[in-house]
Amino acid sequence: MDTRKGASVTPGMNRRHFLQTAGGAAVVAGGIEGILAARRAPAFAQGTKLHWVRWVDFIPESDVELKRQMPEASKALGAEVTFETINANDLQPRITAAVQSGSGADIFNFQYNWAHLYQNAVVDVSDVASALAKTEGGFYDVWAPSCQVGGKWLSVPHSIVGNAVAYRKSWLKEAGASQYPKTWDETRKLFSILKKKGKPYGQTLGHTFGDAPTFTYPMTWAFGGAETDASGKKVVLNSKGTVEAVKFMQAFWKECCDEGGLAWDDTNNNRAFHAGEISATLNGASIYIVAKRQKEKIKDDKGEPLWQDIDHAPLPAGPAGGYLLFLNQSNAVMKYSKNQKLAKDFLTWLHKSENYGKWFTTQEGYSVGSTKKWENDPMWGKLDEPLKMFRTAARNTRLFGYAGPSTAKATEGFTKYVITDMYAKAVQGMKAEDAVHWAEGELKKIYEG
Amino acid sequence: MKKPIAGGSGGAADVSVALPRSSATQPAGWTRLLESERLLAALLLAPTVLLLGVFIAYPFVMGVWLSLSDTSVGNVGHFVGIKNFLKAWDDSIFQTAFKNTFVYTFWATIFKLTLGMWLALLLNRSFRGKRIVRASMLLPFIIPTVLSTFAWRWMFDPTFSVLNWLLYQTGFIVTKVPFLSDGTYGMWCAIVVNTWRGMPFFAITLLAGLQTISPDLQEAASLDGANGWKRFWNVTWPLLKPVTIVVVVFSIIQTFSDFQLIYVLTGGGPANSTHLIATYAYQVGVATGLLGEGAAISLFMLPVLFVVVWAQLRYLRRLEGA
Repeated sequence: MDTRKGASVTPGMNRRHFLQTAGGAAVVAGGIEGILAARRAPAFAQGTKLHWVRWVDFIPESDVELKRQMPEASKALGAEVTFETINANDLQPRITAAVQSGSGADIFNFQYNWAHLYQNAVVDVSDVASALAKTEGGFYDVWAPSCQVGGKWLSVPHSIVGNAVAYRKSWLKEAGASQYPKTWDETRKLFSILKKKGKPYGQTLGHTFGDAPTFTYPMTWAFGGAETDASGKKVVLNSKGTVEAVKFMQAFWKECCDEGGLAWDDTNNNRAFHAGEISATLNGASIYIVAKRQKEKIKDDKGEPLWQDIDHAPLPAGPAGGYLLFLNQSNAVMKYSKNQKLAKDFLTWLHKSENYGKWFTTQEGYSVGSTKKWENDPMWGKLDEPLKMFRTAARNTRLFGYAGPSTAKATEGFTKYVITDMYAKAVQGMKAEDAVHWAEGELKKIYEG
Repeated sequence: MKKPIAGGSGGAADVSVALPRSSATQPAGWTRLLESERLLAALLLAPTVLLLGVFIAYPFVMGVWLSLSDTSVGNVGHFVGIKNFLKAWDDSIFQTAFKNTFVYTFWATIFKLTLGMWLALLLNRSFRGKRIVRASMLLPFIIPTVLSTFAWRWMFDPTFSVLNWLLYQTGFIVTKVPFLSDGTYGMWCAIVVNTWRGMPFFAITLLAGLQTISPDLQEAASLDGANGWKRFWNVTWPLLKPVTIVVVVFSIIQTFSDFQLIYVLTGGGPANSTHLIATYAYQVGVATGLLGEGAAISLFMLPVLFVVVWAQLRYLRRLEGA
């Protein structure tokens, strides 16, 4: 029997048996190399890599912060974590290519309800999501319909990009408005004056993932329109409400908007606002944040820093009320990934308050957290007044597919830009009734075809 | 003394011949196999067949299968027959994209041919700095399409267009030209960019063709009193026609299946008005993840391109036979 110090061998175990048992355990635990090298519980085999793909953030400092955190994550997890950012419009093609080839990033940044669209290509992350919800007191209501399929969390809620109308305070005042209008009718009156002064409202009706749909869906809802009935099986878009919404938009476009917006992407309105070409636009808080961070460069017509003249207001209400659609962001672990456990551990690490909080602070309100816990973060107290409205923004947001559940079919309609194109066709001259009829036909092909 | 060779000249000369060893009289197995022409041909062709199989045939067969299935991203497809083709044919966006593809290809090819021919005729003359001009002419062709199209996109930008600024400053316009925010303008902008990019290919190829035409022919025609147009029409054009047809066919194939330019310049917008078959197939198949439908849309290009290639091959064969 071996009586040397430190050796602990089960009585009766011979050398061969010991090696077999220890070797097996080591392999299960993550590899022999790890045990020999690290004197600590090995997380994953040496050389293991984890690849996370996320959109290019509209707040560049936040991407810098995430890149800074990756070596820390690598150290904590015992694996090399790489972080890649791509244009948000390229996320879906990249995911499709990865899923079909069975190789690619281990974790993808999902938007809106993509968990439904890619449900067979991702793994159940309920353990991570549920633990996060428990720790932080529960997710906002929008998350379950976005990320849960069949009661399972298929992506881990990360953050919500709130949006609001960024506007030039002084220009609105010149046009006789002491505050931003509360209804669409008042908005039309105000911006028809401003457009005549060469200061139009800026709105994209292009194929964009953010600024166009977050305007066109709420516009439809504000006039009482909806894609489907509550069952989500019957298309009800061709209604009085939708036609009214489209007719309103035709007039609003002509009288109030910069008509070049048909070809804008998600960045054009930011640039147009900073250049003083438009008086207001629906956007995240990035217009204000970037204007303030680059105050030496971004100035108004009097040469003063532009950020001082910017304020925010929610989208106005229509006859049926005021509604919002926010861009939510989650993270999904891909089924083809060989590092699913590591990926989940990484997401848990990412959401630890000390890590997530540092990223959250760099956002300055552009994104809010996935839980109400972040409404109480001390950061909010340090922010300028125009940014504080985003603090509770995520409490009330709808998803596309309304009035039915937000299923993969709703995502298909969204990805094909049906609602946005309905408005785009109408403002280019198609009769409102015909544009709605066209969109209804497209939705029927998706829902009932 | 060595034995005379059997059948030799009887001892008239004492010729000694080194005969191969008996083991070498029979070629080795693999050498013998290579002596078979059919086998050798098959072996030499194998790498090409393999490459074509992996990179052309397999994706093509996969594409055909996908088009006949309801495959979507992450979901295994089932055979649905020609349902995807019928759905596409009935789709108003596809109809627009289909029409756009023909319009785009037709006008871009006409412009490229006309301007390319004109440029080639100019460059075929002698002038100072001829080489520099010829080399710089190729610039649009060698700059990556995505980069050059981004530059054009900036020039056509709805808000900050330098062209609009220029036209406004020179008094040609009073309101902005909706270069990319109007479907018709957008399509013409795409045709202009495609022409700008593809014209050097035409010019340089036609120039190469022009330089094979003997100057004596032109001289003889001049002496006969033919003016410039007659010399071109009766001497240059007949001799340049084979090269022109080849270059036009290549251009049609490339333009008809163009993707990058539209994807970067307009993204198919506004409201799908500038989609081509390739960009719409990408939107449906890759962005939306409906791989079966996307494959069906892209396969609509096949019959058209097949006819173009068939016509080209037929013409080339006729030339060979002439």
